[in-house]
Amino acid sequence: MMLGWLFASPADRRLLGGSRFRGPTPWVIAIMSFSIMIIAATGLALASTASSLGQAIQARYALEVPNGGQNLDVLVATLKSAPGVVSVQAVPESDMRKTLRRWLGPAAESADLPVPALVNFDIRPGTDVGAIGKRLQSIAPTARISAHRDRVAPLLRSMRALQWLAFGLVLLLSAAAAAAVVLAARGALDTHRFTIEVMHGIGATDLQLTHLFQRKIALDALLGSVVGALAGALVILALASGASFAGELTGGARLPAIDYLILMTLPFALTVLATWVGRTAVLAALSETL
Amino acid sequence: MEQKGRESELPAIAEFDSVGLRYGTGAEVLRDLDFRLADAGFYFLTGPSGAGKTSLLKLLYLAQRPTRGRIRLFGEELSEAPRESLPPFRRRIGVVFQDFRLIRHLSAFDNVALPLRVAGASEDEVEGPVREMLAWVGLADRSSARPPTLSGGEQQRVAIARAVINRPNLLVADEPTGNVDSEMAKRLLHLFTALNRLGTTVVVATHDVGLISATAGADLIRLENGALVDPTGMLRNPPPERA
Repeated sequence: MMLGWLFASPADRRLLGGSRFRGPTPWVIAIMSFSIMIIAATGLALASTASSLGQAIQARYALEVPNGGQNLDVLVATLKSAPGVVSVQAVPESDMRKTLRRWLGPAAESADLPVPALVNFDIRPGTDVGAIGKRLQSIAPTARISAHRDRVAPLLRSMRALQWLAFGLVLLLSAAAAAAVVLAARGALDTHRFTIEVMHGIGATDLQLTHLFQRKIALDALLGSVVGALAGALVILALASGASFAGELTGGARLPAIDYLILMTLPFALTVLATWVGRTAVLAALSETL
Repeated sequence: MEQKGRESELPAIAEFDSVGLRYGTGAEVLRDLDFRLADAGFYFLTGPSGAGKTSLLKLLYLAQRPTRGRIRLFGEELSEAPRESLPPFRRRIGVVFQDFRLIRHLSAFDNVALPLRVAGASEDEVEGPVREMLAWVGLADRSSARPPTLSGGEQQRVAIARAVINRPNLLVADEPTGNVDSEMAKRLLHLFTALNRLGTTVVVATHDVGLISATAGADLIRLENGALVDPTGMLRNPPPERA
């Protein structure tokens, strides 16, 4: 049976002696698991936010008229009647002045200030934006159309870079956890070297000996992974439930159900990784003996 | 010559052919060993301290590979056999170590039961034989004691019980009576000869002249400076009645 090694007899369990979950391994893995959960959740939240933002602005354009809105009503009417335009929202002049106040101060309220006009509009896929632009420029030659996605592209690129960074950190932390397991396995082999020699001497195979260690490593890794993941889950749930400090950190991003499912599998994936690495390390060390 | 040729075809449990052993880059501790151990033979291995007795035993119980020459055990060439193939052969060998080599955190019962469990015996198959064996070596009431709480003699008896529990084809003992009183030594010798009569080849390394003289029909292997002293050629060609 593939998982038969998990169900060792009491006699087999006595062979390695000592109490279960002793030593630093479960706690090292718990810290790694906690960090992996948080970083993975951050990465997934970034991916989700980038995806939502990308979809929301995919079909959104802005019409800018630098000299103000003498023809604004005509421009809006032209836009509304253009084929493929789904919605049109003109930004009120008061909002534009509010924005300008950040740079100009009270001067932004001056009637002499030529306030540019801004109209956001959404189009259906496949709509000829160039044709719309030509129609608008025939009314206001200085009018310019720009895609929202072009303006937000640097932000999206940063978010995607951070998402990959999070993914890389998850891999690095997994590798660090695996390295900790290798060290723990070697330590356990040193501690039990005498028992191993005796067992080899009476005809135990490498696999029989490995199963003893593999089981201990698997249980340590499972305990550490689950404890770390539970702690991480508490933090994530606090953020997701909109705790006051959470909004600051996440900007209101929420994780879809599939992402929660991915996060739930992480501690078990870490346990499988640790067990496999531990088993490989033990087998490699045993193969150096006769 | 004809007689010699016929004898060399007699069944042998171990055959050493020009075997040499050195540790690291040091001088050879065993050299030019050429001998055969007959199936169901009884051998005493003697020689001064440092002659190479323990090294020879290590070769016999597959804890060491020779640096040259060939060793056949149970009819198989094992000197260069892949290590994965060795465990089944080791299960056919019982070893009594000079320093007992008991696992300290296991009870006497668990130590004796180890070879049976390694061979895949169920707990039902382990319980009876182990209790019986512990009773035989006089440790029935000490079965749950751990080695550090046992005297030297008791530890040696546990080690012997562990070595013979699965009726090995080859029993190798390094000074097995070194820590027991004369009465227990007699009982152990009786156990060894009983196993030998059942077909186990026994090799005992000892300085105990009394033990040697008390064992009728046993052959003597003498090592000096890593070389075999076998002036009669008996080891190379065991006599027919022994083989």
